Amino acid sequence: MSVLIDNLPLLLRGFWMTLVLSVLAWIGAMVLGTVLAGLRVSPSAPLRGLGYTYVELVRNTPLTVVFFFMAFGLPQLDLALPSFFWSGLLALVLYTAAFVCEAIRSGINAVPPGQAEAARALGMPFGQVLGQVVLPQAIRTVIPPLGNVWIALVKNSSIASAFAVTELTAVLSRLSNATAGALVWIGLGVALGYLVITLPSGWAVSRFERRLAVLR
Amino acid sequence: MSSLLYDIPGPKARARNRVLTAVGALVVAGLVALAVWRLVVNDQLDGDRWAVLFDPRTEVPQALLRALGRTLQVAVIGMVLATVLGALLAIGRLSDRRWISRPVTVVVEFFRAVPLLLLILFSFIFIPAIGTPVSPFAALLLGLVLYNMSVLAEIFRSGILSVARGQWEAGYALGLRKSQLMTTVLLPQAVRRMLPVLIAQLVVLLKDTSLGYIVTYSELLRTARSLVEFFGNTYSFQFYVAAAVIYILVNLLISSIARLVERRTRKDRKARAVGPVGLPDEITPVVVPGGGPDRSR
Repeated sequence: MSVLIDNLPLLLRGFWMTLVLSVLAWIGAMVLGTVLAGLRVSPSAPLRGLGYTYVELVRNTPLTVVFFFMAFGLPQLDLALPSFFWSGLLALVLYTAAFVCEAIRSGINAVPPGQAEAARALGMPFGQVLGQVVLPQAIRTVIPPLGNVWIALVKNSSIASAFAVTELTAVLSRLSNATAGALVWIGLGVALGYLVITLPSGWAVSRFERRLAVLR
Repeated sequence: MSSLLYDIPGPKARARNRVLTAVGALVVAGLVALAVWRLVVNDQLDGDRWAVLFDPRTEVPQALLRALGRTLQVAVIGMVLATVLGALLAIGRLSDRRWISRPVTVVVEFFRAVPLLLLILFSFIFIPAIGTPVSPFAALLLGLVLYNMSVLAEIFRSGILSVARGQWEAGYALGLRKSQLMTTVLLPQAVRRMLPVLIAQLVVLLKDTSLGYIVTYSELLRTARSLVEFFGNTYSFQFYVAAAVIYILVNLLISSIARLVERRTRKDRKARAVGPVGLPDEITPVVVPGGGPDRSR
């Protein structure tokens, strides 16, 4: 137990880093993912193809490989990022965006087709159909899956520890020489750091899902 | 599906679409050009650099194939163990006895909410600390099994719960015990429905085996890294690309099998009593004409 108190500053710094990394990656992934979802439902076939290709490629690539390319592949092309933090952040954004895109797209598909048809019958162009009729309804069905993407993102950010970002999981690697008894406490402390984020998020998602089920 | 969002384009819309397409193509061409330019400037497209991947005399293709074998090995063993344990946990969580269902719920929720890498690293560091040596393979496998059994337990549970309520009631009305109901009525129907989800989870698991890189298990990614250390930085880009391409090809293959099985189960009458079970996010849901994927239920 005392090992936790001794290393509390280290753990807190790690927790803060995990939180910063996750939130920044989340914002980036939301922006890129929304753009990709727009591409995937757009009237132009090549743009649809572009979105589809991106999503399929990224979703079938392990995140560790994406991290790898950002950390070790880009420098080979003289495109090095300022620090490992930025390469880790970029890897998380590029990877998570594909899942955000799919969550939003399936939300768009879940809106009854009659809604879009009615909007079109009123003469609305594509932008208005999407922006004023379909998306506002899609948002509701999209929030639970997006919440799950956020939870996965927080957990995925742990991979950054292997690429020289000193976030929460890195604390465990750094203290790996401790005794078995101390390791249990450190492991639990690190796990607790993640649980503090993931469990409340999970509860929020399932609460929202239940409320939605009543509404529909 | 998305064609519902807009009319069949008229002349004006067609013109606008053409402009959009041209702009999109320009942006893509720009990105590709940037990539190619950087590659050329750094001599990465040099034929000799890529030839090493296909030349058996360099032992590179063999090494990559063996690495793929080790990746598949840990994935398949992990999948089998996680499936068995996951099924047991799901049944435990659905138990009427609280002293069974409560602890099982805690276990499932804990391992699902913690990063997989943390589980793998902890196994790798902690088990030697209590005096038992642990191989990278065992640590990776243990982490994968602990995490995926919890994920699969939830998939199984939702599959069993999604069997139509009338089936449960009919079973109880016939005087079946819960264990009989489970084995003769619920599981056979649920398993049919869950097969595509199980295959899809294999993709997730296979991708996660790349975490073995971090605990020095010589799977694909670690092998690519060792090859770079052996051949020098000249080839590093090529080896990483090779590893990524192999992952993508294998995963696309498994994903397409999952989709095929999904389509077949949807046609299967015996699986009809079960509500749809969502595929995990890694797999593009098959779009049902007029309805859309029913993951938002």
